[in-house]
Amino acid sequence: MEGYLGIDVGSVSTNLVIINRENRIIASVYTRTMGRPIEAVQRGMVELNQQLDCEIEIKGAGTTGSARYLTAAMVGADVVKNEITAHAVAAINVIPEVKTVIEIGGQDSKIILLQNKVVVDFAMNTVCAAGTGSFLDHQSARLGVPIEKFGELALKAKNGVQIAGRCSVFAESDMIHKQQMGYCLEEIVYGLCEALVRNYLNNLSKGKEILSPVVFQGGVAANAGMKRAFEEALNVEIIIPPFFNVMGAIGAAILAKEQTEFQPATNFRGFSVSDLEYKTSSFVCAGCSNTCEVVKIQVENETLARWGGRCGKWEVASEKSLNVTCKPAN
Amino acid sequence: MKITSPHMGNIYLLLGDLFKRFEVEYIPPPPTTNRTLQLGIRYSPEFACLPLKVTVGNFIEGIERGADTLVMAGGVGPCRFGYYAEVQKRIIGSLGYNFNMITVEPIGAGLVNFVKTFKKLAPKSSIKEIYKSIKTSFIKAQVFDFVEKKAFEARAFEIKKGATNVAVKHATEILNSAFTPTELGEAKAEAFRIMNAVEKKEEEDYLKIGIVGEFFILLEPFCNFDMCEWLGNRGVLVERSVYLTDWIGSSKENPVAGIGEEEIKKAAKPYLSHFVGGEGLPTIGNSVKFAQRGFDGVIQLFPFTCMPDTIAKSILPKISRDFDIPILSFVIDEQTAKAGVITRLEAFLDLIRARKNSRFKAKEKVVETVNC
Repeated sequence: MEGYLGIDVGSVSTNLVIINRENRIIASVYTRTMGRPIEAVQRGMVELNQQLDCEIEIKGAGTTGSARYLTAAMVGADVVKNEITAHAVAAINVIPEVKTVIEIGGQDSKIILLQNKVVVDFAMNTVCAAGTGSFLDHQSARLGVPIEKFGELALKAKNGVQIAGRCSVFAESDMIHKQQMGYCLEEIVYGLCEALVRNYLNNLSKGKEILSPVVFQGGVAANAGMKRAFEEALNVEIIIPPFFNVMGAIGAAILAKEQTEFQPATNFRGFSVSDLEYKTSSFVCAGCSNTCEVVKIQVENETLARWGGRCGKWEVASEKSLNVTCKPAN
Repeated sequence: MKITSPHMGNIYLLLGDLFKRFEVEYIPPPPTTNRTLQLGIRYSPEFACLPLKVTVGNFIEGIERGADTLVMAGGVGPCRFGYYAEVQKRIIGSLGYNFNMITVEPIGAGLVNFVKTFKKLAPKSSIKEIYKSIKTSFIKAQVFDFVEKKAFEARAFEIKKGATNVAVKHATEILNSAFTPTELGEAKAEAFRIMNAVEKKEEEDYLKIGIVGEFFILLEPFCNFDMCEWLGNRGVLVERSVYLTDWIGSSKENPVAGIGEEEIKKAAKPYLSHFVGGEGLPTIGNSVKFAQRGFDGVIQLFPFTCMPDTIAKSILPKISRDFDIPILSFVIDEQTAKAGVITRLEAFLDLIRARKNSRFKAKEKVVETVNC
């Protein structure tokens, strides 16, 4: 059987999927990145391999997420795509007529507007991460409610308590204050969801028209309270796709499938990449006044890739071909 | 007297030439790096905009190189930039450095004062010589601007990767060695010849992006993540709304960018009818002009807490709707991680590419139905 691998390495979670030619999911893994993208991908590959009950030939691989270039070098990807495009592609695959994609991940939130399967506008949070998964995570730990139960609890609330959502630090002070005053936990939790939705709408979708169908994806979509808060704020039905938490990886896999149709063979190195030892290092190039910080990834003393340089001289595969005058600074 | 002055794109080339004519030693600060920024952040007020922080860092690094006189531009417009020279004098003074600060206020703020300032900067030259030097240096700086503009056009289509950068370097060297007006005339012709000689491929289906926003961020590649070059390397034809000599020159016609101030104001009028400080009004006007000229997208760049461009940002969605053109805004702060910027840029290119293709297809469809 033929399959296509998609990997999405984000700030909080690392997601891997394998899809077949019909874009159906054969296997999927959602694991925590925990600041170690390479290990997370290796772990994910092992888990993914275990899920497969038949022989699968990977015909193409795609990567997305903030560690997409690193991961691409590591596994040998055919396509490297930004997460906005990847999420849009995946959403179109589930709901072809989708007009709005709401995506809230660990530290990112985005809104993507589409018309006739084409992305026409998007926005991503810039200087503020209030209202993303990390904050919910933190609050669930503080309240002693497991994050999985957060949504369930929020649904029990009749009304939300008013919580200031502009800044996550002040939202926390506000919540503590409301707790001290004696509000019940359900209402505080739901109030928090409402505050996050308000923050999202104010920061990202200002001036943008949110048209139905609206698809809500990313890790935070697991929280039913957030879905309810969005539905009440926007007055439209919010669709949560079945594989909402691995949509970026699905998008990358679909793009890999499209890409490999135009190339003779995949660059994928195989599942054995999880057994190899990868080493990354960085140095400042002293070749010119740009002082670029160059990152390199090595496997068993062979340099797989380097990036970060402006002139492109480091992006060659072999160290031998480099100009002798361009030695690293340290 | 050893002079230093902050970086802002090619301004060090202009100053290098000018002070050579004044026979005064000029020590440009080392190129802006993370260290520059870290120095600036450490000593500047937190709420000030990025340009202040970066330029404070430049001054400190210039003093470390041996400069004893700091030269900074002043300003009279309602933008904080106008009093940064004074702020910097106090900040750097409080760090215990010994230096002399000379602020160059624009001619508009008083001709007598302007002349006096230049007498201080060029103690060996007569007023007539100063006038001549400024004039020649300015013409040279204008050629540098044209070279930069030509580089944006060439880079998108270069056959050999990096050929444009090699040409710019070559042209800059030739211009730098020209001194007399006659030499400068020859160097200009040679520089343009070099730039035009970059081998380009014939491309019909390419993307065109206009860059607008706050002046300093647009000019200083360290602050804009070298966005113009990044886009050019991906085959995007970039046009920037401002150039150094258009900004400091007295002409209202903006000879390098090619669109005069009156025209920009007129284009902005339906959205913003008066000056709001900084580049607020030009950002609006230039965005409209880019849209009218059929560009595929516009990118706005400005420093966090910049009031004028924040005003412009809130108006841009309306222009985007009216002209059906995607506009992406970047608010630039102290963060230096390029990844977030690249993600948004990549997505923006995907977006405008897809829009262009779907529009192209839609047109084809119309033709088909007519034929049937």
